[in-house]
Amino acid sequence: MSRRTRWNGAALAVVMGGSLAAGCGAPGGDAPQPEATSASVAAAPTCGTAPVTLNAYIETGFPLPKELSTEFSKQYPNVKWNIREDQFAVITQNAPRVLADDPPDLMRLPQVSELVKNNLLKNLDGYAKAFGWDSWPASQLEQMRLAPGGKTRGEGSLYAMGLNFSMTGVFYNKKLAAKIGMSSPPATLAELDDALAKAKSAGITPIAQFNGGATGGLAFPLQDLMAAYGPPGPINDWIYQKPGATIDTPSNLQATQHLEKWIKAGYFWKDVNAVDYATMMSRFIKGDGLFSFNGDWESGNLDKQMPGDVGFFLMPPVQQGGKQAAMSAPLTYGISSRAKNADCAAFFLNWVATDPKAREIGVKVGGSHPMGPADGPMPEVAKDTVTASTLDAGAKIAEDNGAMDFIANATGAIYAKSWTPQLQKLVAGQQTPEELLKSVQSDYTSQVGGS
Amino acid sequence: MTRPTPESAVDPDATRPGPAAVTRKRSPARSGGLRTPSWVGWLFVAPALGFYAVFVLRPIALTVQYSMYRWDGIGASTWAGLGNYVKVFTDPDLFASILNAIKLIAFFSVIPVVLGLAIASTIRRIAESRLALVARTVLFLPQVIPLVAAGIAWSWLMSSTGLVNQLLTSVGLGGVARAWLGDFSTALPAVGVIGAWVLLGLCTILLLSGMSKIDMSLYEAARMDGAGPMREFFSITVPSLRQEIGVCVTVTVIAALASFDIVYVSTQGGPGNATMVPGLEIYYLAFSERQVGMASALAVVLMLLVLLVALPIQWLTKDRSS
Repeated sequence: MSRRTRWNGAALAVVMGGSLAAGCGAPGGDAPQPEATSASVAAAPTCGTAPVTLNAYIETGFPLPKELSTEFSKQYPNVKWNIREDQFAVITQNAPRVLADDPPDLMRLPQVSELVKNNLLKNLDGYAKAFGWDSWPASQLEQMRLAPGGKTRGEGSLYAMGLNFSMTGVFYNKKLAAKIGMSSPPATLAELDDALAKAKSAGITPIAQFNGGATGGLAFPLQDLMAAYGPPGPINDWIYQKPGATIDTPSNLQATQHLEKWIKAGYFWKDVNAVDYATMMSRFIKGDGLFSFNGDWESGNLDKQMPGDVGFFLMPPVQQGGKQAAMSAPLTYGISSRAKNADCAAFFLNWVATDPKAREIGVKVGGSHPMGPADGPMPEVAKDTVTASTLDAGAKIAEDNGAMDFIANATGAIYAKSWTPQLQKLVAGQQTPEELLKSVQSDYTSQVGGS
Repeated sequence: MTRPTPESAVDPDATRPGPAAVTRKRSPARSGGLRTPSWVGWLFVAPALGFYAVFVLRPIALTVQYSMYRWDGIGASTWAGLGNYVKVFTDPDLFASILNAIKLIAFFSVIPVVLGLAIASTIRRIAESRLALVARTVLFLPQVIPLVAAGIAWSWLMSSTGLVNQLLTSVGLGGVARAWLGDFSTALPAVGVIGAWVLLGLCTILLLSGMSKIDMSLYEAARMDGAGPMREFFSITVPSLRQEIGVCVTVTVIAALASFDIVYVSTQGGPGNATMVPGLEIYYLAFSERQVGMASALAVVLMLLVLLVALPIQWLTKDRSS
């Protein structure tokens, strides 16, 4: 009996141990190997004529990609779609594993540095050459370029494409503006401060903004203030992880102090630390709040919900007539390095930027400026709509070379773990502008150096 | 049998033990009827054991292994030894999240158990009435509602224009009204209240079922000795419920230390890390910072912390009489 018990015990140990021992080597290493050379494409690729099913992984809640895919299938009936949708936060968390294990042909992408580092994204240089993307305004593609190794962004090979590019600035409620005698958008930061003070004393919430949960929406006005006080170049360098870049600069300190002044003056809702994005939008649409720092992805929505009552302007400069800047980012889509139909996916991306019908969908449904050549066809947009003013703003930013990526995109964790808690502390009076920037910079250094 | 087979050609009894011999040898074991070999028992356990090994033990072992590496979840990893563990205890943010979880025990355990005892003994007194049934149902309802839905409902109740503030304003306490989940000083207690609400029903029902097992003659005897309701409660009810209280405390303490869903839905750790708990921190580390090694180290520390707290509770509330 005792021998049998011992045998059973041994069998148990083998079963358990075997299951435990699986993966005893160092974890990882299942990432694709880097491509020997960047794919060179002889002629511009197409989707061919044989039936193709494109696997796409897109962000839910935004109708643009679906409308584009439907129109594309109309024009190229051999192409069918297999679309999987998720919220952006889910896509962000899943991106590396999905690209490694279940590679889609086309995928909405979060910050791409880590994906490129692990060779999960297809190098698009070959397609860029074949389709002539190189001749588009360089700023459109800059944010999706990465130096070898995926460390520094803003230069190097192209790893993603946009369906359009968004523009941020300040929306304002025209009815409330009339109440405080604001007939035209402020032309300087001082004029904006003046309008804010007038709204406050008229009992109107000056700024409708969100700052709750894990999404610190005060980063919008903060970065706009940074770009008002200083040039956008160094901010982009920081976001692109260029060596030696820092966010803790004198002009950024002025910007943070200015934001603190707004907080202390009570320009935001008292419960701003508990307001999420959706709550902010519903309050602003209901007429609570004169200004709101947001992006043109809401233009179409606002034109529908408050027709004729909403205006948009770019963050005014400190000096009248000074250069203006804005967060402007492409709606990034990429192709998995293991995609089966990479050529067709690239053809689709090129079609989105160049086909007149696709560009019209991009503007009317997406509300943002299409990618593509500077003289590409533009759909007619009614003059007095928000969409029209955000498109105009895009032209001004291109002229001033003032496009910035979002400071929240510098690293994968900088938004949720640094900007958001720090800005929430600033609202609660538990953090000073000096320490805020120092703290974000030290998190950034450890993340950039440590990853 | 015309042809001799090799087997019948030799004398069977000479080469192998015949049935009689076997029977004789094993007879002591056979006294209880037909004997089944002991490995058959393992066969019955095998499916469950297999699942347990693959889905519980293996992940734990892998987590321990990952915690010794620096790894982004995809690419190559580098050996880090105990470096990740050192960081768990030296990084103020990570350590603060552990402290928050310990603070949550007051709301997740103390309130449900104490209040649950009071409510259960009240319900037991009115056990015959329909009110008792209604009270039981209402109190247990939070266990049936998905935690995510509960978290969303509570974040509405506690918003600056929510019911909680409306009630406060209507009784003249508008001055204390605030966005409870967005205020640094009230966010953690507010999350705690949601947890208390969820766990109160579980504790009440558990304690109530324990009370139904108490011999009624004990109460009669106490009453004859002139004991009042309070005396009955502390001298009979509470000591008799030692094991049920033990289960309640264990379950709720683990819920507090390993909390995730309520916090994720209501505050996501904000404002400014005021409600950050280890469960949420592990999730952020693994999926947004992509520091799988650090996340694993914190997970191992959390597991040990849960064991460290739960085992003494088990020991303290063990039924000594048996």
